[in-house]
Amino acid sequence: MKKAFLSAFPHTVPVLTGFLITGIAYGVLMQTKGYGVFWSCLMSAIAFCGSMQFVAVSLLTAAFAPLQAFLLSLMVNARHLFYGLSMLEKYKGMGKLRFFLIYVLCDETFSIVSSTEPPEDVSPKAFYFAISFLDYCYWLLGTLCGGLIGRFIPFDTKGLDFVLTALFVVLFLEQRQKNGNRTAGIIGLACTALSLFLFGADNFVIPAMILILISLLAGRKKLCS
Amino acid sequence: MQLTAFQTVIMILAVAFGTMLTRFPPFLLFPEDKEPPVIVKYLGRVLPPAMMGLLVVYCFKSVSFITFPFGASELIGVAVIIMLHSWKRNVLLSIAGGTVVYMILVQMIFK
Repeated sequence: MKKAFLSAFPHTVPVLTGFLITGIAYGVLMQTKGYGVFWSCLMSAIAFCGSMQFVAVSLLTAAFAPLQAFLLSLMVNARHLFYGLSMLEKYKGMGKLRFFLIYVLCDETFSIVSSTEPPEDVSPKAFYFAISFLDYCYWLLGTLCGGLIGRFIPFDTKGLDFVLTALFVVLFLEQRQKNGNRTAGIIGLACTALSLFLFGADNFVIPAMILILISLLAGRKKLCS
Repeated sequence: MQLTAFQTVIMILAVAFGTMLTRFPPFLLFPEDKEPPVIVKYLGRVLPPAMMGLLVVYCFKSVSFITFPFGASELIGVAVIIMLHSWKRNVLLSIAGGTVVYMILVQMIFK
């Protein structure tokens, strides 16, 4: 297991950076709305859903509306459905760890696990667990720091959150190297850009997913060959 | 805090439940002791690169390309990443390089 963590760690360094910064921002934001470190950490530990947690801040400062929170989180997180479909093969035979791996399957963990093969002397099971567990801890750690000391951070971190964008761009480039992936990557990029243009920044993810699904199914013969 | 402690716990559970309803269904629909349909296996293979494309665009959703500075910091940041990555193909180097350039741009140039 130690070996798995050692080999997984370098892959998670960008997530460490990004989650610390975003987690701190989240902890501070919750703090300013009157929700102390206990509440921000509880949300991060149980819901573990980055961007949706930021959306939920506005719900926590309005009238009590749990149904709205539930529906919104379904819609904001709908993209996870496709992560699950992608991980069916890799998450086979995980035994008791499977529940945890699925519970914490976020954008960043999905990107790393789907584009990285474990080293030969490390079991895939331990490797995927290490990545998932580290990413989960980073987010909690960031939230904790934000709730406790966030306002006293001296140096200018503006722009450091770009590290997560950079991670996605690089892993996108990495995925393209694999055989047959180039067209699928372009489909994802083009469908999402089109959907963003048509539906605007607040409502584009689900239409984008539908467009991607249709394009991938329509192009099946071509993509398979 | 606007809500009571009890209401806050309910809200947290509501958000968590919504999230988990997006993470678990594929695994429940296609349990590992059964072979999933061919079409699902096909999607499992082509969805990862497509979803990486989605995530890249997702990161740009709040960038305005029609008002100053026209997303210049983001575009230059990505260009640096692509150049570094096709040059050295070192994941961490490309990420670090792109991020540092982006930080310099948003902190000093396109304030």
